[in-house]
Amino acid sequence: MKTLLIFCAALTASAAVAQEGMSQHEHGTQMESVPVAPVDSYPAQRGETKNLEHAPDSPDHVMDHDRPLTMVKIDQLEAREENGGALKGDLWYGGDRNKLWLKSEWERNDGDTEKAELQALYSRAIAPYWDLQMGVRHDFEAESDSRNWGVIGFNGLAPYFFEVDSALFIGEDGDTALRLEAEYELLFTQQWILTPEVEADFFGQNDRETGTGSGLSNVELGLRLRYEFTPQFAPYFGVHYEKKYGNAADFARDEGESASETTWVIGLRTWF
Amino acid sequence: MKKRYGPQFELPQLSRRQFVTGMAAGAALLGMPAGLAASTPRAGAAPQTLRGNQFDLNIGYLPVNYTGRERTAVAVNGSVPGPVLRWKEGQTVTLNVTNHLAHDTSIHWHGIILPSNMDGVPGLSFNGIKPGETFTYQFQVNQSGTYWYHSHSDFQEQQGLYGSIVIDPADADPVAYDRDYIVLLSDWSDESPHDIYAKLKKEGHYYNRRRRTAGDLWREIKAKGVAATWRDREMWNEMRMSDRDISDVTGYTYTFLMNGQSPDANWTALFRKGEKVRLRFINSSAMSIFDIRIPGLKLTVVAADGQNIEPVTVDEFRIGVAETYDVIVEPDGDSAYTLFAQTIDRSGFARGTLTSEPGLRADVPPMDYAPVLTHRDMGMGHGSMQGMSGMGGMGGMAGMAGMDHSQHDMGGMDHSQHDMGGMDHSQHDMGGMDHSQHDMGGMDHSQHDMGGMDHSQHDMGGMDHSQHDMGGSAQGYSMHGGRPELGGMQGVWFTNNLGRAGHGSNSPIVHLPSEYGYGVDMRSSMPMNGLHDPGIGLRDHQERYGRRVLTYADIRNLTPTIDRREPTRELQLHLTGNMERYMWSMDGIKFSDAEPLMLKYGERIRVTLVNDTMMTHPIHLHGMWSELETGDAEYIPRKHTIIVQPGSKVSYLVTADALGRWAYHCHLLYHMPGMFREVRVV
Repeated sequence: MKTLLIFCAALTASAAVAQEGMSQHEHGTQMESVPVAPVDSYPAQRGETKNLEHAPDSPDHVMDHDRPLTMVKIDQLEAREENGGALKGDLWYGGDRNKLWLKSEWERNDGDTEKAELQALYSRAIAPYWDLQMGVRHDFEAESDSRNWGVIGFNGLAPYFFEVDSALFIGEDGDTALRLEAEYELLFTQQWILTPEVEADFFGQNDRETGTGSGLSNVELGLRLRYEFTPQFAPYFGVHYEKKYGNAADFARDEGESASETTWVIGLRTWF
Repeated sequence: MKKRYGPQFELPQLSRRQFVTGMAAGAALLGMPAGLAASTPRAGAAPQTLRGNQFDLNIGYLPVNYTGRERTAVAVNGSVPGPVLRWKEGQTVTLNVTNHLAHDTSIHWHGIILPSNMDGVPGLSFNGIKPGETFTYQFQVNQSGTYWYHSHSDFQEQQGLYGSIVIDPADADPVAYDRDYIVLLSDWSDESPHDIYAKLKKEGHYYNRRRRTAGDLWREIKAKGVAATWRDREMWNEMRMSDRDISDVTGYTYTFLMNGQSPDANWTALFRKGEKVRLRFINSSAMSIFDIRIPGLKLTVVAADGQNIEPVTVDEFRIGVAETYDVIVEPDGDSAYTLFAQTIDRSGFARGTLTSEPGLRADVPPMDYAPVLTHRDMGMGHGSMQGMSGMGGMGGMAGMAGMDHSQHDMGGMDHSQHDMGGMDHSQHDMGGMDHSQHDMGGMDHSQHDMGGMDHSQHDMGGMDHSQHDMGGSAQGYSMHGGRPELGGMQGVWFTNNLGRAGHGSNSPIVHLPSEYGYGVDMRSSMPMNGLHDPGIGLRDHQERYGRRVLTYADIRNLTPTIDRREPTRELQLHLTGNMERYMWSMDGIKFSDAEPLMLKYGERIRVTLVNDTMMTHPIHLHGMWSELETGDAEYIPRKHTIIVQPGSKVSYLVTADALGRWAYHCHLLYHMPGMFREVRVV
């Protein structure tokens, strides 16, 4: 577990480096936005340029493909043991650089909704493999009251093809939380794909209501084997493990729940 | 009868083609067995041949069925490909093009030298053709050979709007032949091109069905051991790149067509024993580069991109998207031969038959091994590491990986430039490079200076200063696209110590600051000259199969070079992209953000394209010839589309003898939105 944490820390570090990359990046963008004399100001003064008159001056008309796209991605839509279930998905809308990005997570255990959150983020490409994401998160009322957080994080692809999502949350009341997620895809064939996945949550404070403790609060590990009928339609099965640490574990024990849990899952991964 | 679009002797079975498996999977998704919803594929109508000076072309929708599914294509005069246009050199042709679509359309006459307002590029040449409108093209035909036409609007090229042009020479044809056939290759998908593009944007490897698997890794470990395998994988993993990424769109969705017929429909052409047959190969694909051979026959290439060349006999040649090659074959027996066109990634093939007797057919050969990219294809030098050979055990690999790390890690770009300087020293032993290590060092300095300049736009003096610094390596350059007052600060222009015409570039490789943005995932530090390279997947065909493969270095024009002037300027332009985001650009700048490249009317320049990606890009300049520098100044071949190998560079000369606004772009359809520039000759 320790190595895992070190690994997570490394991922955050790489994300931080991505932020540094921004300063360099600005050189690039400034190049792109060099003020240009409007093309009209270029006089077709000589007779030779007559055939320019025929051409409308709207280069964007040439290849009008650069339209914003919408992607809906359901990473996990799954049933878990003991009347549990989970939904984890993203929706984004936008172009190459700027996107509006929604993330949602919903978890159910023993027939009760344990977690339901929605993040609305502005996502900006800042490096070849990294997006900077900022916005708000809303936790819907479930076992605890609803609450809002500010979010800043990095989403992208780390070396060795680890898909990383990291975010720092700051609550209305000054609470803090850090979430690190990493995912890897191991192809057995082009269609059978194993996805190990890890999520670690850290908090700046104890909160008995939400069952979270200061420091490392809980870790989730997932191992899902999917079969891609098409890249967009892939049912899977796997195992999900969750463990609480420190005060969070104590809170759970006080409630008469166990600090760790393993469950089989079966579900669907899809996007469009 | 001169042309014959084959009777289809046998109706195809859907399951026989491995590259329609995507359709089968799609059917599975919908919960029905493949084929249940499908009807029987049918061969499309053969294109007519139209001759004369006056042509009426009607663009409309056409129901087609290549795979067992009914789809709608965009066709000219009711066929895909559209009619063959047969012109005569020296005549003036008039073409009335009527749009029966619900959307704008256009026709671009690919490779034809004509006034810019007749070139058919909406936004540059004209406004496009609105629904219901007729646009009349009229121009004099001043060349001969094999060309083609296609839509320059939206993604209509993928939907079937293309056809061939054959121009008969005014004088006697230097090529002797008894009959000729057009062999037009294209790629068809049952998916809409917009869907294909969106899928690529969302998941760049969507159509790649050869991604590395655990099994590949295991085989490599068994063959080379853990340590060597780790070293090989390290760089790719650090860079987050795939060595299996050959084609963006593959046989997973494409059915490859020869003259509009699927492989099973088997387009067939007839010959009589002893005849010389001229085959006019045209690659009208949206995204597919083909390797062509005819087992049992030698191919004598007599023309490239419509222009006659000194005949060169080969066994196999690569044809990039939009290129054309004319080939003479002399079948001596009463037998059949397979025209075999496999895609560069070996995900499928187009196929036809050349036979002395209807009904006769030859075996269809298996496809060759699928290529895997090497460090060479990243422009990291190492010419010795060709083909499939592994990279394990190479001295200095650790250093290479280190360099890459610094260059490609998204962070600390400031440091990366220093590191590049360091790299030069560490790789001092790499021979065969065009550039001295000092040039590279000079480049690093210039980047710093240019970075400084960027901070304040009007600090032009600062830039001049940087040029003086560069003078230390006697390689001054400017970043003006010809006219500073237009803000034409794109591209790198060299004016000193240009190599002699025909012999390519001497200039150092300069990566502009704009290449260090989020849209660029790789920069070639030491691009090889792509001339002698047959290309990925073909490099070992001579040794392996004894096949001679055509390279650009083999091409010499049949007649002497017309414009004997030396170039006065050299433009270095980098082809850039980000596979993960599926963004394409030149010098890291997308078309929508780019200013025109300004050329002075009458000037002769050199263009050096540096491929900073791991894809093979066919680059097409409208309106003017791209005179490929193959090492012989006397017989420079004239092309309209030039392949730039991954991680390589290639140079050609351009005489700016055509006024107006011209398109200049990668001819891979889904690269076009970004990897595109306007060239303006004033």
